[in-house]
Amino acid sequence: MAGQEQQKPQSHDSQVEDEIPEAPPAAPEAQASAATQGVDDLLDEIDGVLESNAEEFVRAFVQKGGQ
Amino acid sequence: MTAAPERAGGGGLPAGGAMRVMGAETEYGIHAPSAPGANATMMSSRVVQAYAQVTRQRAAGGAETRWDYTDEEPLHDARGWTLERASAHPSQLTDQPPVLDAEAVALAYGREELELDGEDESGSLLMNMVLGNGARLYVDHAHPEYSSAEVTNPRDAVIWDAAGDLVALAAVRRLAADPELPPVNLYKNNTDNKSVSYGSHENYLMPRSVPFGDIVRGLTPFFVTRQIICGAGRVGLGQDSSTPGYQISQRADFFEAEVGLETTIRRPIINTRDEPHATADKYRRLHVIIGDANLSQSSNYLKFGTTAMVLSLIEAGLAPKVEVHEPVAALQTVSHDTSLTAKLRLLDGRRVTALDLQWIYHEAAAKLAQDTGVADAVDGDGHTHQVLERWAATLTQLDSDRNAAATSVEWLAKLSLLEGYRNRDNLAWGDARLGLVDLQWADIRPEKGLYYRFLARNRMQRIVDDGAIAAAMTEPPSDTRAFFRGRCISSFGKDVVGASWDSVIFDVPGYGRLQRVPTREPLRGTKALTGGLFARHRAAGPFLAELLGHNTAPPAA
Repeated sequence: MAGQEQQKPQSHDSQVEDEIPEAPPAAPEAQASAATQGVDDLLDEIDGVLESNAEEFVRAFVQKGGQ
Repeated sequence: MTAAPERAGGGGLPAGGAMRVMGAETEYGIHAPSAPGANATMMSSRVVQAYAQVTRQRAAGGAETRWDYTDEEPLHDARGWTLERASAHPSQLTDQPPVLDAEAVALAYGREELELDGEDESGSLLMNMVLGNGARLYVDHAHPEYSSAEVTNPRDAVIWDAAGDLVALAAVRRLAADPELPPVNLYKNNTDNKSVSYGSHENYLMPRSVPFGDIVRGLTPFFVTRQIICGAGRVGLGQDSSTPGYQISQRADFFEAEVGLETTIRRPIINTRDEPHATADKYRRLHVIIGDANLSQSSNYLKFGTTAMVLSLIEAGLAPKVEVHEPVAALQTVSHDTSLTAKLRLLDGRRVTALDLQWIYHEAAAKLAQDTGVADAVDGDGHTHQVLERWAATLTQLDSDRNAAATSVEWLAKLSLLEGYRNRDNLAWGDARLGLVDLQWADIRPEKGLYYRFLARNRMQRIVDDGAIAAAMTEPPSDTRAFFRGRCISSFGKDVVGASWDSVIFDVPGYGRLQRVPTREPLRGTKALTGGLFARHRAAGPFLAELLGHNTAPPAA
């Protein structure tokens, strides 16, 4: 396992637990127009967010049965 | 919350449209990257435990309580019989007590794994909580599960389901801050892409008088096709993803039967589990297991809203007269056809697309809603009009403007990201990076979850505001019995020894024995009926005295 997660396993401080995702609601029309723009920009951002070792990370995600 | 006109008898909500008592259940995928062999039931229990710690900080006296199993009947079949316990699969025995002991772990994993795991934690970890927002947070098999409070409309279904994601997030944060334990990730998805699926179920209250056969006939063609508006998208085809590709639904490949009682094996399109969690001779609780877990608010909204409307059609005897040839195969055909052009054969010989079938249902639902008046933009029930409009707009966009549809339809939004990667980096569908995008789409942490990255960029529509979701972490819905349950927990948590969908149990000094307050009518126990009672009392004793003292049938029951 070499994902970004393990490189700093205990670095989260306790403040983060109060963090709630927030962003101002946008009008639906504004939302729709934003979607068609900036695909490259989006992929650059997502590159930085993705776990670092894709193959290893996906392989290790094994679930036990559920409903 | 709408001021719904009360109706005599029946459900009390306006009939014919999208209003109905309903609720969501989400089983989260669970993964500790730094402890890949960790026991999933143990980890799930830690999630529940972590949230108990969070709520203990929030409410003096502790806001967690035991689940009361008295009325759980997982082996009751809606078709009119009860499965013998001995012939049930162990995973069907969901009415067993909540303590995670060595026996329970062994049942789930076998003795070998228990001994290999070796941790001395098998005493009595917390497996179950009832929350102040009316929900249940617990360990279901090997996953943490959040079952939302009962709500009356699809908008509230979205709010209280999304509140569950914040509950799960709070638990994840808590565990991440604990230096003793490995951090745990939770994913709002339905498969590990290695043959295992876990559910996100919907529950809808229906009058018991509706014949179950009508429900099966009316719902099946709808369920085969509704995934085009509420599928969450999945990389890989087949239960084990052995065929590279992309499909509309997370769940479709795991369904193997048309009708049945099971939820973990031989999964059926129509599930017959018959635990009403309410007055059994009046109601059935339709347990829907075919849906994908949705992060997209619009997909989630339409999933609940359109299904509620189709149930209204069935109750009125007005469901479209269509029957799909071989529905299980058709379900998978629809899921595997992202072009939405595949034709399904109907028993009357017609060949129609999934979009065609959805329009047939939309037309019938719109007509019923118009005839009953609930769809009126001004004088209607306040929900049905919006559901019909959004349903139609989404179907139109799916047909003619996919970029627009990708701002609301979850499988298309995910596909747009995957196509971006495929185009930029020339990736084949079998590439692990696309599998990671699929998985990480559903990470519930806003900084890691790709859905949340889309939301932050306004690439996906919000239909409820963030403040309403945050408030629903602690506030119960005001217009169902969940209000009574949630307020009992948040006001008198230390005196509540158990709770379930249809009861709250108090242990109060001065009373010789436990006081069980039944809540078998889902539309009683509302803020309107019991808000004053909670406002008048700070202590459980006087509260119970007033509740139970006035007459033999307490206001909440």
